[in-house]
Amino acid sequence: MAKVTELLKNRFFSGKKVNRTVSYLLVIFGYVLMIILMKAGMLTSHFTSLLVPLTSYIVIAIALNLTVGFSGELSLGHAGFMGVGAFSAVIISGLLLPYVPNTTLRLIIAMLGAALVSSLFGAIIGIPVLKLEGDYLAIVTLAFNQIIKTIINSIYLGYDNNGIQISFVKNKLNLGEGAVTILKGPIGANGIKRISTFTAGFILILITLLVVYNLIYSRKGRDIMACRDNRIAAESVGINVTNIKLEAFVISAALAGCAGALYGLNYSTLTPAKFDYNLSIMILVYVVLGGLGNIAGTIISTVILYILPEQLRFLQDYRMIIYAVVLIGIMLLTNNSWFKVQYYKISKRIRKKMREKKGAAA
Amino acid sequence: MTFLQFLITGLSLGSVYAIIALGYTMVYGIAKMLNFAHGDIIMVGAYIAYFAMGKYNLPSFVAVMASVLVCTLLGVVVERLAYKPLRKVSSLSVLITAIGVSYFLQNGAQLLWSSAPKMFTSIIPADTIKLFDGQLTVTYLSIFTIVVTLLIMVGLTLFVTRSKIGKAMRACAEDKDTARLMGINVDTTISITFAIGSGLAAVAAALYASAYQSISPTLGSMPGIKAFTAAVLGGIGSMPGAFLGGLLLGVIETLVKGYLTTQLSDAFVFGILIIILLVKPSGLLGKRYVEKV
Amino acid sequence: MTKMVTYPSGAIVPERDLGYTPVLEALHLGIDFGGLTAVDDFNLIVGKTEIAGLIGPNGAGKTTVFNLLTKVYQPTRGTILLDGQDTSKMTTVDANRAGIARTFQNIRLFNNLSVEDNVKVAMGKSYSYSTLGGIIRSPRYYRQEEEAHERALELLRIFDMQNLAETAAGNLPYGAQRRLEIIRALASRPKLLLLDEPAAGMNPVETQELMDNIIKIRDEFKIAVMLIEHDMKLVMGICEGIAVLNYGRIIAKGTPEQIKSNPEVIEAYLGKNREG
Repeated sequence: MAKVTELLKNRFFSGKKVNRTVSYLLVIFGYVLMIILMKAGMLTSHFTSLLVPLTSYIVIAIALNLTVGFSGELSLGHAGFMGVGAFSAVIISGLLLPYVPNTTLRLIIAMLGAALVSSLFGAIIGIPVLKLEGDYLAIVTLAFNQIIKTIINSIYLGYDNNGIQISFVKNKLNLGEGAVTILKGPIGANGIKRISTFTAGFILILITLLVVYNLIYSRKGRDIMACRDNRIAAESVGINVTNIKLEAFVISAALAGCAGALYGLNYSTLTPAKFDYNLSIMILVYVVLGGLGNIAGTIISTVILYILPEQLRFLQDYRMIIYAVVLIGIMLLTNNSWFKVQYYKISKRIRKKMREKKGAAA
Repeated sequence: MTFLQFLITGLSLGSVYAIIALGYTMVYGIAKMLNFAHGDIIMVGAYIAYFAMGKYNLPSFVAVMASVLVCTLLGVVVERLAYKPLRKVSSLSVLITAIGVSYFLQNGAQLLWSSAPKMFTSIIPADTIKLFDGQLTVTYLSIFTIVVTLLIMVGLTLFVTRSKIGKAMRACAEDKDTARLMGINVDTTISITFAIGSGLAAVAAALYASAYQSISPTLGSMPGIKAFTAAVLGGIGSMPGAFLGGLLLGVIETLVKGYLTTQLSDAFVFGILIIILLVKPSGLLGKRYVEKV
Repeated sequence: MTKMVTYPSGAIVPERDLGYTPVLEALHLGIDFGGLTAVDDFNLIVGKTEIAGLIGPNGAGKTTVFNLLTKVYQPTRGTILLDGQDTSKMTTVDANRAGIARTFQNIRLFNNLSVEDNVKVAMGKSYSYSTLGGIIRSPRYYRQEEEAHERALELLRIFDMQNLAETAAGNLPYGAQRRLEIIRALASRPKLLLLDEPAAGMNPVETQELMDNIIKIRDEFKIAVMLIEHDMKLVMGICEGIAVLNYGRIIAKGTPEQIKSNPEVIEAYLGKNREG
């Protein structure tokens, strides 16, 4: 018995592995709880409608933490990748509708397609952007976000019995028999077949956790963090900093694209304007409040910060003001030296007590 | 002739960007923070001017001065309450706080003044000058905006290079600890910088709102982002850079809208920013910081 | 004392390294910053297993030489041959892969990574599993991670740091950080190890230990070591060949005995005797 506990402890709760275990447990527990509550009919339809977007935001927040927390690059443009993923998925799903009636299969194909397209965008954007540093990188990612949004805003795409038609800026589609328009410029897409499910979101989070944790605890993960900690030293031991940062960025973009696919296929209408820098900033807030490089923290903060304002709707207009005040308050408190000292003292006392307990037991 | 027309419109729009960008760049230079709430100060400025003119019937100059005063105070208060306690912590925390302030101002404005847009009467008579047999129409507002911006730029340059406070500002931008050792009151200097930046935002607000003649609680976000882009384009932290970046951005935006496409103009503006940064990674007039090994 | 022999070019190397390609040949190396010449006409040959010293007053350009050798700066003039290989087209990364590793005067560790991970980061040459292999945990991942773990601990044992493997590098005391930097550099399997003031901030006992360890490293790994140091006891104690730099130029080269009695060196360090 003691051996089993020891093994469990080493495998799941030793040192840096705690965060990973907590993340998986949180996600699985949350999923099971929601399913039970749903089956018991205890969730309002409004709350239920928040679940898929929530899973989607958790995925993109983890993806952004890979870029900002682990790779140390401030990206203000991840909503752009999410948008690319969302609209790629909508297009793929729309085009495949007659051929792949199975919704699960279509969702999987759409998501893989979205991951591919957004990782391609990640590479195209990452190659020039990652040469820049600090706040310059931040503004350029924001610029790319706006460019992506503007471009999606100007795409018209549809098909008829004769094939696919696409036009930019002006709607020049001339569709004949069997016409279906998928994208309508600034109006975006409507009549999307909603095929995302909460379970799909749950599985996507698990995959995201697997990818990010396994990456972080492998040689590339160490390289990514080494480049963040000291670029010059990393180069001096033979790490190609630009390549490593690019890899992290592309993986992050691919995951953001998956999140977008899940999000996009959850609504019957979708406008490109949704994916502007305001969304990027919202997700950045989740990441920073959850803790840079802290994935379990990211999950918790995303759940709280997304669900809370939605549940405070009764406060109406005061809702976002309160959110703003809470945000500023949290930043001021967590960075307050007096609070930090108190926290340190308390945690030290707890640790001491635990040691004493251990000593007494032995 | 159309080109000249676009050029003047562009310079006028660029002048507004330049004024905002100057505020951005000064605050960045000294506090090393991306002040995301800067755009919302513009919005507040526009509303103050609107009420001063509409409700209290003040002359436009007085209204703008009132708006400058309120924004200056607002800037200092925000800095003292929200940013000052975070001066020694990671810049990301400050960024998030600035985002919080931005949310606060936007939603506060929505609460106080409703989200419905309001008609803004131009602070300058809406007359025009016709040149070349009427082929070229220049509004008074355009001329006024360009002139005001030039005056601000000259005045600010003199202030920063000649005055004692200006020198203190430059010293703090370079190295706060050393500046403190030299007897400079760093806190006051930073507050003054925020005050100037916010005051400039109020001037820009009046000019911007006069051009678009409509104000709403989200008014600040687009000029805020554009000015931010302008500041980076010129080399963030550099005042001539912000001026140049603002003008360039305004002209490019207007030319693209005039000759190519309105819908994709933002893509062009941001695309040019990216291209310039790739060629000159610290902006047109920015200084490159090289880490010593 | 090592017997030093002179090449026809005037360069000296330890006798045991004769017949091997020198690990480093710097020829007429120079760099200008703007109009300022920081290093000029730098010529140096380091034998395959030599411990070489680079000394000189503050601001003489010693660290600049290291930055040139590791390609942090691209030289304005001259050639660097690393184990006979021309490095003129190489980046810092290539130079490391070609066999040069260094420590830094102002310590540069990966502060948030554990001591063990700091060492593992430098072992890039030893892994072949891909990013995807790491994510899906291929058999190769497990095998190479196990090997990396073993080798990291082995390297840490040189300085008796294996018990600190889990500690975050940023939390180590100063001396341990310096030692970790040396281990990290060694982990990249260099042919030439550059140490920038390895004994800075160490007490005499620690310095003595460091001297023993540098010799141990050289003997065990059969590599050359070149060091910048102000502690003359260390330099004179372990260096076989010494070059003295002043105002970016080499003013003297030779064995410790020759350097000690060289009037130009004495002048560079102590200044000219005005009465004399």
